[in-house]
Amino acid sequence: MAAKSAIRSESGKVRRVVVVGGGLAGLMTTIKLCEAGVPVDLFSLVPVKRSHSVCAQGGINASVNTKGEGDSPRIHLEETAYGGDFLANQPPIKGMTDAAPGIVYMLDRMGVPFNRTPEGLLDFRRFGGTLFHRTAFAGATTGQQLLYALDEQVRRYETLGVDDDNGIAIPGEKMVRKFEFWDMLSLIKDEQGVCRGIVAQDLKNMQIEAFPGDAVCLATGGPGIIFGKSTNSVINTGTAASAAYQQGACYANGEFIQVHPTAIPAADKLRLISESARGEGGRVWVPKSPNESRRGRDVPESERDYFLERRYPGYGNLVPRDIASRELFLTCFHEGRGVYNTRTAKNENEVYLDLTHIPKPTLKRKLAGILETYEKFVGEDPYENPMRVFPAVHYSMGGLWVDFERSADGSLVHDSPRNHATNVAGLYAAGEVDYQYHGANRLGANSLLSCLWGGMVTGPAMVSYRKNMGRSAYDASSSLFDGAKKREQAKYDAILKMDGPENPFKLHAELGQMMLIDVTIERHNERLDEVIAKIDELDERQRRVSVLDTSSRMNQSAQFVRHLSNMIVLARVIAQGARNRDESRGAHFKPAFKERDDANWLRTTMAMHREGPNGHGEVTYVRELSYAIAGKTLTVSDSVDVGLVTPRPRKYEQAGAANAAAPAAPKAGDASAKPAVSV
Amino acid sequence: MSQAKTVKLRIKRQEAPAEAARYDRFEVPWLPQMNIISALMEIRKNPMTSDTKQKVAPVNWDSNCLEEVCGACTMLVNGRVRQACTALIDHVAPAGEEITLEPMTKFPLVRDLVVDRSRMFEDLKRVKAWVQLDGTHELGAAPRQSPENQEEAYPLSRCMTCGSCLEACPQVNSSSSFIGPAAISQVRLFNLHPSGSMHAKERLESLMSEDGLAGCGKAQNCVEVCPKGIPLVDSIAQVSRQATKHMLFGWLFG
Repeated sequence: MAAKSAIRSESGKVRRVVVVGGGLAGLMTTIKLCEAGVPVDLFSLVPVKRSHSVCAQGGINASVNTKGEGDSPRIHLEETAYGGDFLANQPPIKGMTDAAPGIVYMLDRMGVPFNRTPEGLLDFRRFGGTLFHRTAFAGATTGQQLLYALDEQVRRYETLGVDDDNGIAIPGEKMVRKFEFWDMLSLIKDEQGVCRGIVAQDLKNMQIEAFPGDAVCLATGGPGIIFGKSTNSVINTGTAASAAYQQGACYANGEFIQVHPTAIPAADKLRLISESARGEGGRVWVPKSPNESRRGRDVPESERDYFLERRYPGYGNLVPRDIASRELFLTCFHEGRGVYNTRTAKNENEVYLDLTHIPKPTLKRKLAGILETYEKFVGEDPYENPMRVFPAVHYSMGGLWVDFERSADGSLVHDSPRNHATNVAGLYAAGEVDYQYHGANRLGANSLLSCLWGGMVTGPAMVSYRKNMGRSAYDASSSLFDGAKKREQAKYDAILKMDGPENPFKLHAELGQMMLIDVTIERHNERLDEVIAKIDELDERQRRVSVLDTSSRMNQSAQFVRHLSNMIVLARVIAQGARNRDESRGAHFKPAFKERDDANWLRTTMAMHREGPNGHGEVTYVRELSYAIAGKTLTVSDSVDVGLVTPRPRKYEQAGAANAAAPAAPKAGDASAKPAVSV
Repeated sequence: MSQAKTVKLRIKRQEAPAEAARYDRFEVPWLPQMNIISALMEIRKNPMTSDTKQKVAPVNWDSNCLEEVCGACTMLVNGRVRQACTALIDHVAPAGEEITLEPMTKFPLVRDLVVDRSRMFEDLKRVKAWVQLDGTHELGAAPRQSPENQEEAYPLSRCMTCGSCLEACPQVNSSSSFIGPAAISQVRLFNLHPSGSMHAKERLESLMSEDGLAGCGKAQNCVEVCPKGIPLVDSIAQVSRQATKHMLFGWLFG
């Protein structure tokens, strides 16, 4: 039986939903919910305007084809599937690439200051994995500009009231209530396993509260901080995703971690130098002589090795990130040809990223943001000197498993409650925290798009779910919420009493160092075995940390102890997934298994959490799972829906290979021929 | 042989606004390309004061992106307001001088170096810093804009709401409620947008009171400290002209 009122619970309370995370995906989900008249409680670790989406630089893909190149959403779909080495289900990609032009127009209407052509149209530039100009951009701070536009729209909803079923304003209620500086601790699940809200902690005074929500969306981003230093913001520990995973949500394709080829090394983080630098003509090279002692700008053209252009004439400097990162790693690490440093008298793990041949006014107009970053942090002028860069952990293709409902035309069924639903009833996921769009390797400028599209789909899916749900979360027994709050309070009180010999921040440094060395660009099974053993060891040692701070005011140390524990759980999912997958696909590369193996591995890695002996988390990998939605139990398998673009080997040496007509049909028995979902 | 290089910090500690403040001294190993944030991160690994050798709680600070696009880590570094992430140790203390870190003073203290800047977000509500969208469904392309318009809007749109301009402004103090340069500059931004300009009047009216445009004392400190080089003084002048025009002739055009 559906609830009687769309807006009030039986007991008369206003029925809200919960969105956790205020980056692009969370804000877009929130806006869609508000437009449908559903009030939202929005939780974020930081004021939403400071979310990690601000770090996205280069742009957002949409096949608007204003350059007359014959680009189309169909080609965008093909290149996204191909770039992802065919691990992504294709109907969600089709939905996304079809919607992309409309999304960019919407952002323009919101006031995003996109760069313009002389005629006043949106300008587009090139990005990796394509030969088309498909990327709309606002200087080199596109993510920041997109986030601000959505932040402004959500702020407007903070000022708008909530109407009851008769259109009469309900006193004191606003469409959006923001809870900024709040940390999600756990989901609240009832006896049937339905998600009924969250428990969260106010980080200013460490108070813990339970919040009902008719549905919950996690839009909490990626887990890059597990790797210690990365291009990620400091809040990207994956803590909320890990908590949901530990409460029964399936985590998919965790082993697929994107390493971005061009970042600036430093002590606290690795700062990204956007792919747009290469999109605008930037060239990657090392001196031909490994002992070259001249400065980059003084090395003559004939003595430079433009190794990406040489090895991949088809896409050159704009090969996808997995390939570019491997090539940089090969050149520096295995061949020892990184830029020679006369002070240290060794070849550093650095290559040149050169923009000095491009006119300064063009650079200023299109790339000022990243060049300013380089100048501020390195202290060199990138307009005059080639930049020195090296790969860095950047993005997680994997994340919480989410469903989709395929439409007759191979796209998504609009408004289906299955879209972006996790296997926990009432729990949705959108943005980097989900696993849906990028397969084994994400193309540049597709992440902003997938966040926005994810939000545009998740909002309506939650509206459908809420419409057909039985009892509102607001009518659930108060003991459910009191119990959940008490459990989390007890856990937190236990953290405050921790007084062991280990330092949580040092443990994190150990975890990060190991994950960075052995679970990124190159993976070896014997090293992964060591990593997994070490994760078990860290799991033991984290039980003996000192909390360092017992204050009842903002207490970042106590919060970090919790995040560390959640990071260790996800680290195990990532490392074990990498250990199991004996093939090479996209960002997952094993020198001992160099080929992609579609017969055995064209499938989604689905990890489920189990409490093992000694309280250690154990990862179990399943081939299918059943979950309840809209009054039915669905069984979904790990096979990938590749019905739109037939898998074929990637050949970026050849221009246009990513969108060429698919070659001969796959062999009989190929996993690719099976549908993804059976009901 | 010279001793290993270190970084010396003197940090203002305060549990809560009503509690007494103190300064703790720390010394951490120097690392290449180090900034204030990485120095703070080092303290957490061994939170002990360098002079009194006391175990203390790690310092609480606000930060997120660490590349000066989120605005979170704004604080006073040697008395000057700025983002801590771009404060490179070798620039701030080239000869290993002691570096003093303090929280901003114009916002309520949370703890240590963390302050509560929510008033700035409230101010953005007051001036209606948004385009009033009909909806996020497909409504076709937005109005065309000249490259010149974009080039004027983009720098304004890079405001991170970091609070540096309010911290430096003498008119923002405990006895005044001046809205400050950041929100005024956002009015300029949205009044520039083809559809945003349809609601220019409402935004201007929100700034007509004493604590609005009239609050500016033209000290020009804001422009000096803005990390993004936003032309805040120009913005205040422009919006003031728009407001004057609206006040004088607005009734003519309704």
